[in-house]
Amino acid sequence: MSTNMKPQAVTAQAKAKKQSQFKEIWRRYKKSRTAMVGLIIFLAIILMAICADLIVPYSQAIAQNKNARFLTPTSEHWFGCDHIGRDVFARVVHGSRVSVSVGIVVSAVCLLGAGFLGAVTGYYGGMLDNIVMRVLDVFMCIPSNLMAMAVVAALGTNLVNLYAAMSISQIPPRTRLIRSVILTEVGQDYIEAARSYGAKDSRIIIKYVIPNAMGPIIVNTTSGMATLILVAAGLSFLGMGVQPPTPEWGSMLSDAREYIRNAPHLLYFPGIAIGVTALSINLLGDGLRDALDPKLKD
Amino acid sequence: MYRYVLKRLLLIIPILLGVAFVVFTIMDFTPGSPALIMLGQGATDEAIAQLNHQLGFDRPFFVRFFNYIEKLVLHFDFGNSYSTKQPVAHEILARFPHTLKLALASIVFSSVLGLSLGILSAVKQYTAIDTTLTVLAMAFAAVPGFWLGMMLILLFAVKLGWLPANGVTTWRNFILPMIALSMQQAAVDMRLTRTTMLETIRQDYVRTARAKGAPEKTVIWKHALKNALLPVVTNMGTSFGHLLGGAAVAETVFVIPGLGTYIVNGIRMKDIPVVMASITMFAAMFCIIILIVDLLYAFIDPRIKAKYTRSR
Repeated sequence: MSTNMKPQAVTAQAKAKKQSQFKEIWRRYKKSRTAMVGLIIFLAIILMAICADLIVPYSQAIAQNKNARFLTPTSEHWFGCDHIGRDVFARVVHGSRVSVSVGIVVSAVCLLGAGFLGAVTGYYGGMLDNIVMRVLDVFMCIPSNLMAMAVVAALGTNLVNLYAAMSISQIPPRTRLIRSVILTEVGQDYIEAARSYGAKDSRIIIKYVIPNAMGPIIVNTTSGMATLILVAAGLSFLGMGVQPPTPEWGSMLSDAREYIRNAPHLLYFPGIAIGVTALSINLLGDGLRDALDPKLKD
Repeated sequence: MYRYVLKRLLLIIPILLGVAFVVFTIMDFTPGSPALIMLGQGATDEAIAQLNHQLGFDRPFFVRFFNYIEKLVLHFDFGNSYSTKQPVAHEILARFPHTLKLALASIVFSSVLGLSLGILSAVKQYTAIDTTLTVLAMAFAAVPGFWLGMMLILLFAVKLGWLPANGVTTWRNFILPMIALSMQQAAVDMRLTRTTMLETIRQDYVRTARAKGAPEKTVIWKHALKNALLPVVTNMGTSFGHLLGGAAVAETVFVIPGLGTYIVNGIRMKDIPVVMASITMFAAMFCIIILIVDLLYAFIDPRIKAKYTRSR
């Protein structure tokens, strides 16, 4: 690169380089058929969550019908009806909203929280690192869903508190991962080079360390989303997620449990919905891991 | 080695104090006063205030915390449950064996299943067996344990009538909960074993073993497996944490009177002593398992064993 290049030209070049990097990753991602299936299913589920009202009105998901109790699947009620005659198909469709939003919101909060803690502790090390890590050690000894339960109990059960509880329980393990990724980057020569020409710490962290450490963090965040959806469903199953009558897959299963002998069909659909969502995210995560791994480059 | 174990055991103490502090703080935010829970909705304000004063709930946060720890350390007293008024320690001792049995059975089952199928899958790479196992592992990794549990109840208890759906009277009661709790972990273990095993098989020393004419069985079991085991063992500590967390849900599905259901009920009833004690117990179990896993390394990896002995 010549030194007399205009700043605009440099940014344009950097932009082009970034674009070609995305293209390269996408090209490698596309090659895996299972990864593409995962991506398509996951996008379809997100679309379903966004357009739930267009597929089937919300009123159907909460409207009770005495005559339709425990109805098995029919042409009118595709997935049958539950113990108070609500349409299970409508509830499964609308239930996707809670699961998808938990997956996305909590992942984003964890990425910010754990990203900040991990970057600062990994980059500066020393006393600060020591203190934060010892505190996280304590948090890591509490199984994360018990932690989430306790926080929900303290804050009260609603969607926002569910987000908060799950974020609090997920930030410690993720901080550890991000910190270890950052630590390997900080040891590299190019960071030393940036320091030696006097770049500020914040600039080094944001401009160099984080973009280079992004690969494993993206993969971890994606795969973690499946865990989040499973844990959230478990919490709702125990009655510590969203409150009725809001449709949610875990709480639907909790209702279905009471009628396992008489109406087993109530068990099938919410369970399959959770499984398919988690599976699609796992496939997506595996595909991303392979696409982002430079060792596997063709 | 002994000094190392002792040091690690002593380190558990501050961690458990930390856990107790975190849970105490969280539970302090829980709305509703303990006296109200104990006396019920009909109680007068004076009665509530009096009971709160009597039990020391009107004292400052740190005083209460230190009182709690003092009682716990000096008398092994976890306090009394708000709802049943029985000592929590008794209840925990009665429930703990069920959870421990379930968790240990699950970790053994998931590890054995995951390891053996992972090795099989790696050895038979690109065959129908490998593909089938990989697809099954993907599926089981995505299935929530409580749903699998209910499906197992539906099939084996309701439809076939082979196994009991709940209770803890015989070992047969534990089969379905163990499977429900283990399958997700087994799937994760299998995929991890497959990956590390495939990496190990390609190493030079494995090729050397083959070149010198060692039979395939010896190559796999004696040379490759030992090294492939390390990441899987590393993961075992974390997976035990997942299992303990999952136990709360599995115990609810199978109506097992263990620590998991105790904690869930405690949280529902805002029964602070119950929640405090059971989460601390879970954390203690987790710390001890992590220590055992770390020591297991030494048996598998002589390099690490050497380090311990030297540091003595």
